[in-house]
Amino acid sequence: MLNERKPCLQGVGLTKVFGLGRKKTVAVDNVDFTFHEGEIISIVGESGSGKTTLAKMLLGLINQTSGDVFFQGQKRDLSSHRKKKEYWRSIQAIFQDPFSSYNIFNKIDTVLLDCIRMRGGGSLSRDEKTEMMIEACRFVNLKFEELTNKYPFELSGGQQQRLMIARIFLLKPKILLADEPTSMIDACSRSTILDALLDLRNEIGMTPIFITHDIGLAFYVSDSVYIMERGRIVESGTADEVILNPQEPYTKRLISDVPKIREEWDLSTV
Amino acid sequence: MKHMLRQVFRSGKFVTGFVIFMAIMLTVIIYPLLITDHPLSIIGQGTFFPPGIYVNVFDSVSSPAYTIMLDDAAAKRIAGRLNDEDREAIREWLVGAGVADGEIDIANTESLLGLWVNNYDSTANVAGMTNADRNYYIRLNKSLQVLLSTEGVTLAASNPETGALEETGTVEPTQYVNVREVANVRLLPLGTDNFGRDVLTELVSATAVSLRIGFVAGIIATFIGLVLGLVSGYMGGIVDDVISFITNLFIVIPGFVLLILISFSIGQERRGPFVIAVVIGLTSWVWTARAVRAQVISLRNRDHVNLSKLSGHSIVHIISRDILPYIASYVVMALILQISAGILAEAQLSVLGLGPRTTEEATLGLMMNWALIYQAHILGKWWAYFPVILVIALIAFSLNLMNTGMDQVFNPALRD
Repeated sequence: MLNERKPCLQGVGLTKVFGLGRKKTVAVDNVDFTFHEGEIISIVGESGSGKTTLAKMLLGLINQTSGDVFFQGQKRDLSSHRKKKEYWRSIQAIFQDPFSSYNIFNKIDTVLLDCIRMRGGGSLSRDEKTEMMIEACRFVNLKFEELTNKYPFELSGGQQQRLMIARIFLLKPKILLADEPTSMIDACSRSTILDALLDLRNEIGMTPIFITHDIGLAFYVSDSVYIMERGRIVESGTADEVILNPQEPYTKRLISDVPKIREEWDLSTV
Repeated sequence: MKHMLRQVFRSGKFVTGFVIFMAIMLTVIIYPLLITDHPLSIIGQGTFFPPGIYVNVFDSVSSPAYTIMLDDAAAKRIAGRLNDEDREAIREWLVGAGVADGEIDIANTESLLGLWVNNYDSTANVAGMTNADRNYYIRLNKSLQVLLSTEGVTLAASNPETGALEETGTVEPTQYVNVREVANVRLLPLGTDNFGRDVLTELVSATAVSLRIGFVAGIIATFIGLVLGLVSGYMGGIVDDVISFITNLFIVIPGFVLLILISFSIGQERRGPFVIAVVIGLTSWVWTARAVRAQVISLRNRDHVNLSKLSGHSIVHIISRDILPYIASYVVMALILQISAGILAEAQLSVLGLGPRTTEEATLGLMMNWALIYQAHILGKWWAYFPVILVIALIAFSLNLMNTGMDQVFNPALRD
């Protein structure tokens, strides 16, 4: 059923090596994958497994050492600033730490206006822009009137992360890479963030890619799951396949590491 | 921004430095408005007039005279006129003439003079005395006679027709003039220098020129260092390699040697204060470049920079809006140190004789150089160089204090 869908992002032999000689670290090691439009994808792995590096490569923020990324069936070309800008209209990201994601010298208005300009709305009138910003904030349950002329660091972590989603709402990308979007947020804000993200997916029809260490979250939201260990994708498939019937010992360990309320927590694998 | 300033001004060190620096700046700005003499006009004929109030002798003769009877006037007059050398000479003569050494107290003017008046005989032959010595003692005796006499001095003017001297009046030892009634009184708080210029006026204008040199040099150095550091830190790759190579090259060559070579090869005619400032700026950017590069490298992978990239901003926009503000406080601190270093570098160059070659403007370094050439330090003319050293020290001290204060505010690890 997945094969009927169009592939939107493909990686072939994607590798990233940091450092040289003895200090050489292979962060992402010869990774192949095909993400399809419309499905919800999760990349799961523990800290240092290379998920964030993979995300940055997919975003085009760092260059791959070898391998290729295909975007909508075509080889990705980021050779000029214009082409990069074009690419970033289609792929956007939410970062892990909302507290460091904003430029502390820019007001919230600037953040949102940048997005409107990115979508080619730079020539709209001030009122139209404000209207768009109000709509985006309302979508994530924020009040624009309370945010305007404030700085991002004046908001709580949850509000900042929701503002990040409002940004995505304005940008309407085809693909969203959410790099641990809820890991810095308390458990209560977490579900609202996830709900907002899934609402957004339905609203603008984008393909979200969750990057997370939380296999429970992956099971809860995603259609297909990729498990990463030390830079390699060790297991992949639909969420039910991978999590309910794991093949790899690493996957089994990840699942057993999730604390459960009514069971003794198995710490023997740690 | 406002918050940051308030925080900085809460630091005692910064405020102290700021007050000293502002006092210097205000003096430099206000003093020329009050005293409009050209700072380098030569007013004294002769070198190194000591600090003090100079009263015009000609005007004081024609000023209204007041007779004031003071008991100690004569003693003070002689005490003021007899310097240590004269006293020592008197003692030598008296010992030679057979007075016991123990009786003579050269610090006690009255007893010394009593011994002298009782014993001196111009015809007496003291063993080992040359003719020149004899004449010296005759002159000394004469001048003491004048001081000791209660008679006034006769003033005379030459008649333009006959050339004969005509008496115009007398000046009594008890006569005084009121300084406020003398038409020409000149205060020289720091005396004059070797060229006969008023040192204070010269010092103020030299401070202004030196500060200007410091600002120009500091701004040039910081600008070059900032641009190179930002570009090499942010761009990375081959650009970073090339810029780092150049920076390292300049670090290996001692900056001061380079400075000496460049200012020497410029030639004397073109070596004005501005040129020197530019040369200082061009040789002192390296550390700023290195430090800025290091800071930028730690910033360029932050999420807010990534977000800015994803928002489609250009490199120039990212560098100026997402990176520069984060290192701005550091750059301001570097600028302050560069200004201080620029002023010191100019002083060092000038003492070596490689500073600005100009007769229109003085700099702090040039004043030191002149004082050095005319041996003010050997002759004990402290007013020609000590105030200059003090001003240089105060400027460097205040700027460094401001820097330390800011460092404590901006660097959380140093906060107490």
